[in-house]
Amino acid sequence: MDAGLVAAQLLNGLQLGVLLFLLASGLTLIFGIMDFVNLAHGSLYMVGAYFCATLTDVTGSFLLAVALALPATALVGAAVELLVVRRLYRRDHLDHVLATFGLILCFDTLVQMIWGPEGMAIRLPAWADGQQHLPGGLVFPTYRLLIIGAGLAVAAGLYVLVVRTRLGMRIRAGASNPAMAGALGIDIGLLFTLVFALGAVMAGLAGMMIAPITEASIGMGNEIIITAFVVVIVGGIGSIRGAFVAALLIGLIDTMGRSFLDMGLKLVMSVQAAETSAPALSAMLIYILMAAVLAFRPQGLFPPKAR
Amino acid sequence: MKKTALALAAAAALLASPSFGADKVKIGFVTTVTTPAGVIGRDMVDAVNLAMQDIGGKMGGLEVELIIEDDGFKPETGKQKTDKLVKQDDVHFVAGFIWSHVLLASRKSALDGGKFLISSNAGPSQIAGKLCHENFFSTSWQNDQTPMAMGEVLNQRGVKSLYVMAPNYAAGKNMVSGVERTFKGEILGKDMTKWGKDAQLDFSAELAKAKASGADGIFVFYPGKAGGAFIKQYQQAGLQGEIALYTVFTVDSIALPNLQKAGMSGVLGSLNTQFWGPDLDTPQNKQFVSGFKKAYGRYPSFYAAQSYDTIFLIKSAVEAVGGNMDDMDGMRAAMMKADFPSVRGPFRYGNNHFPIQNFYLRQVVEDADGVWTTTVVDTVLKDHQDVYAAECKM
Repeated sequence: MDAGLVAAQLLNGLQLGVLLFLLASGLTLIFGIMDFVNLAHGSLYMVGAYFCATLTDVTGSFLLAVALALPATALVGAAVELLVVRRLYRRDHLDHVLATFGLILCFDTLVQMIWGPEGMAIRLPAWADGQQHLPGGLVFPTYRLLIIGAGLAVAAGLYVLVVRTRLGMRIRAGASNPAMAGALGIDIGLLFTLVFALGAVMAGLAGMMIAPITEASIGMGNEIIITAFVVVIVGGIGSIRGAFVAALLIGLIDTMGRSFLDMGLKLVMSVQAAETSAPALSAMLIYILMAAVLAFRPQGLFPPKAR
Repeated sequence: MKKTALALAAAAALLASPSFGADKVKIGFVTTVTTPAGVIGRDMVDAVNLAMQDIGGKMGGLEVELIIEDDGFKPETGKQKTDKLVKQDDVHFVAGFIWSHVLLASRKSALDGGKFLISSNAGPSQIAGKLCHENFFSTSWQNDQTPMAMGEVLNQRGVKSLYVMAPNYAAGKNMVSGVERTFKGEILGKDMTKWGKDAQLDFSAELAKAKASGADGIFVFYPGKAGGAFIKQYQQAGLQGEIALYTVFTVDSIALPNLQKAGMSGVLGSLNTQFWGPDLDTPQNKQFVSGFKKAYGRYPSFYAAQSYDTIFLIKSAVEAVGGNMDDMDGMRAAMMKADFPSVRGPFRYGNNHFPIQNFYLRQVVEDADGVWTTTVVDTVLKDHQDVYAAECKM
């Protein structure tokens, strides 16, 4: 097993990790602050991708499209919070799941009615479409490096927002004790809408970043949202830092499992058996990690303080 | 052609005696309409509707009722829908089926219910071999055949080593075993990726492995939208020129429009094998392709071609028995003759009711209107029968 391949797979794992972080950070904020289970978070990921694809067609520029699609996705997120989610905070988690599952069906059908079933490709600008030669003879797609860079920048920005600003202070106060924060004069309703829109923007950004690699398609968020929930649980509900560490961990475990598990299994069993069991086992790895975390540290790796 | 078909239908109508048996031909058509794979189902439903128009909505003087059902890309849903078609709608033919695992789950419901089962796409090895049945017919191919043709192409082109990628389900396994059966070089690595409603679409890890393997070529099977995603990532990873791309059922008229829009010109010139192509020179194919392009403004896929053939195969059966829908033996005997105008030209059925047919090498090109499509460049296998036919006791 050569070092170049391991390095390439580490970068691939990192790229998957930052993408998961963008999704999971919004999910964990909404889960932690509002105690709201939002299955439809993946729909905002899809909406972001479709907005970006359409705007890339209209404006001819991918970057401009991203810049315009981000506020548009925020508006959709705010609208969902004001029209639907707001009415559900006082209900229990099962109601949240039912209602947001309904939202997924509505979003999927709406997208099919507006954009059709065939999905939308996004054309990358030429400068982002090539490969970069990294030290050590490693060749890596430019665009995947961009995803890593953008994801890490957003993570840093989010850290500053939550830890260094007044809004962040309110968000943290809301996460620790919403009733007390409300009693101290923080407009909890406005805060919740803002947090929901912020989560929508980050989910939308993740969708915009993956769409040029796969494409914008119906139901694209429904699979990755499950992985994002695993990230939230492993990291500790409500913890941005936990989501960051867990997202990178899960991105790396998933990629490394897909890369090297069959090689390892071939050492202990027949080639045939290794080839059939490796894909199944590598798909299970992250759930095994989640089960282990739930068994030994049910509050997650980095639970928020003072809950 | 359309006139001849109408005249034939009229003649058959005169001969038919609709006073006995059913007064309608009922066809159930199971495909995937929802999920991202719905884009395949749309092509098939469009082709079936076009065929219905072209035959004037009648077979052997009887009205035809078409019932479309959505399997949601799930075997259990496909089976439920087949049960519904058999028990509730009491159809005469259950047709369609994109996915091998859905067809395998649904076959018993249709065949035990005494219905004809016609696969318009899926061709799993089991149904070609041990599970073959007198009331099953295919208008497509057995899964292994197309990759077997590709294996021959690789040998001809002097490819010495290969990396193989396919989704981890019934057809994916058949595709891999097909290419392994004919390819004489060495297989340096293999990845079977997650498939189904939540299929894996990001192949970064697998592509890095393929590149590190140093193989001459990469063989892939990714039907539907996964094909487009794979090609994009292949090009973004800079593998063009490093590891040559050979595909089956991946680069088709479903993936190409999105690839063209994304500017993935690396796919132009790439090779794939298929039993059919939009430019195949047969009278029925000309009628089909021009009719499809006129009605829907795009090239038909092979899924559409097979679905179009499905309706004409059924029509040949109904006309042979003069619209007496109770005459199962008569209809079966008629279908075994494959006596209908197929888009692929004349072919015959093997003992397992899979076509014995040619397989062609196709190349991706730009047509006169600047649209990316495929063109047939060579015949790889002539009158080819699948290897599982020997296991079928029929």
